Amino acid sequence: MNFIQKEFRHILRDTRTLIIMFGIPIVQILLFGYVISTEVKNAGIAILDLSKDQATIKITEKLTASGYFKIIKNLNSFDEIEEAFKQGNVKEVVIFEINFDKNLENFNSANVQLIADATDANTANIIVFYTSSIIQNYVNEQNKTIKMPFEIKIDERMLYNEELKSSFMFVPGIMAIILMLISAMMTSISIAREKELGTMEVLLVSPLKPVQIILGKVTPYFILSLINAVSILAVGYFVFDVPVTGSLILLMAETMLFILLALSLGIFISTVAKTQQFAMMLSMFALMLPTMLLSGFVFPIENMPVWLQVICQVMPPKWFIIIIRNIMLKGTGLLYIWKETLILFIFTAFFILLSVKKFKIRLE
Amino acid sequence: MNKNKIIKVKNLVKKFGDFVANDNLNFEVEAGEIFGFLGANGAGKTTAIKILTGLSKPTSGEISVAGYDIYKETEKIKRNIGYMSQKFSLYDDLTVFENIRFYAGIYGMKKQEIIDKTESLLDKLDIRNHKNSLIRSLPLGWKQKLAFSIAIFHNPKIVFLDEPTGGVDPVTRRMFWELIYDASNSGITVFVTTHYMDEAEYCDRISIMDKGKIVALDKPQILKEQYNAANIDEVFVKIAR
Repeated sequence: MNFIQKEFRHILRDTRTLIIMFGIPIVQILLFGYVISTEVKNAGIAILDLSKDQATIKITEKLTASGYFKIIKNLNSFDEIEEAFKQGNVKEVVIFEINFDKNLENFNSANVQLIADATDANTANIIVFYTSSIIQNYVNEQNKTIKMPFEIKIDERMLYNEELKSSFMFVPGIMAIILMLISAMMTSISIAREKELGTMEVLLVSPLKPVQIILGKVTPYFILSLINAVSILAVGYFVFDVPVTGSLILLMAETMLFILLALSLGIFISTVAKTQQFAMMLSMFALMLPTMLLSGFVFPIENMPVWLQVICQVMPPKWFIIIIRNIMLKGTGLLYIWKETLILFIFTAFFILLSVKKFKIRLE
Repeated sequence: MNKNKIIKVKNLVKKFGDFVANDNLNFEVEAGEIFGFLGANGAGKTTAIKILTGLSKPTSGEISVAGYDIYKETEKIKRNIGYMSQKFSLYDDLTVFENIRFYAGIYGMKKQEIIDKTESLLDKLDIRNHKNSLIRSLPLGWKQKLAFSIAIFHNPKIVFLDEPTGGVDPVTRRMFWELIYDASNSGITVFVTTHYMDEAEYCDRISIMDKGKIVALDKPQILKEQYNAANIDEVFVKIAR
């Protein structure tokens, strides 16, 4: 009994363990609960209406009224489709053929084409399904009032990933996760290890400058992570047929930037964590889980509640996944992803500055 | 000022918030001597040693180490001191030679010099057969002797030892002190903290700290006479009361 009391005191006095024991599960449940939803809300779509007649306008209205879609653009020609997708926020383009209403009247049939951005296979599937349901709904309603039933033929196309392969999604995601894991977790653990061993003190007493210590720590992991990135790409390419349509050099450059970001996060964590265990816990929960859940890798960000979407914006992996999906699957160039790159760059600079500063403070 | 004073501390104060860890310390250490820094746990020994080695900044006070100012010439001080902490400070998963090479390397020693010195060190410590053994596999006593040897491998002017003999059996401690004498004879000043009172007798001069202040500082023999005590242990008990 005495012993149990003693153990409780240990636990209650260790706030960190308490936070991990109780805080993390709650956070996880919340995240999973909110994140996992197969619904699509306010998905960005573009309309290419070649008829602009009574029927197409009605259908378009129905699409917006449903709440599932938000029309971001009205396109005027087929040439604009590719461009719309590359800009990133258009998930689907709905194309009404010429003389849509006339065809319905004359032939009792008209064509709609749905083109979805299938770099995110999950979302693409759901969006296309919803769109066709709404159109079908319209057909059913109209057919009640007219004698001659008509039909609308829907042609679905999955752009960038015709077969809706999930590997197209998970390769970029896995890449982000592994790089985060190797880079951030390993550096933070290895620095914490030096602190535990007491070797860090000896290093700090030596003529080495903090920057040198950090560089010495980071360089091996940078190289390892780079090798890792290349092997993931290779496995993706040779085993799962995930193409690299864009520039390989750009892809590698972005990857290096992301590794640098992860490394600086790792150093930052190690300035906070005193023990290896704590460093590991922190990397796991602060980096791994958000990378998986909030980066848009597994669960589409668009479906999350607004406050969670806001949190997603500050998740570096999110931007990295967008970047590599774009380069690998859509073959876009820097022109389209400079914003995301800039964001990663700012994150990196921020954490490097912060950790170098923290490293110095510890000396005092 | 006397040039033989290799460490000069004047009015050193270190505060952590309201807590005064070092309360106006004044002392000097002569070149070549073994200076014992004694005190109970929490008396402020480690804080002081951290300030002298540049791991921590004093709140106020004038301090020079190896002839260099602690505020302005930290880099020069670092080149001229060695340090062994109470926590064990070799890499477990590296071999004896790898540890030597790493630490010598960060002090900018040349490759050939490292190799030559390693050879003589291995003979001195009688661990030639263990040059390529992992530190992990060595007994604690050996590790500690090795850690000390590595701390003075780059020939510093001063070596700071923060409770170097914690958790070691008396025989090994004795052997460890022989190494300290060796170093002292070769001209290295030794600044050592300990709470083994018998070790204090080995020092040329000792200072005793209590609650952040230096309460006694002299040759062990003189302190014993002054407090009318048989050994330093008694001196310590009398002062602490």
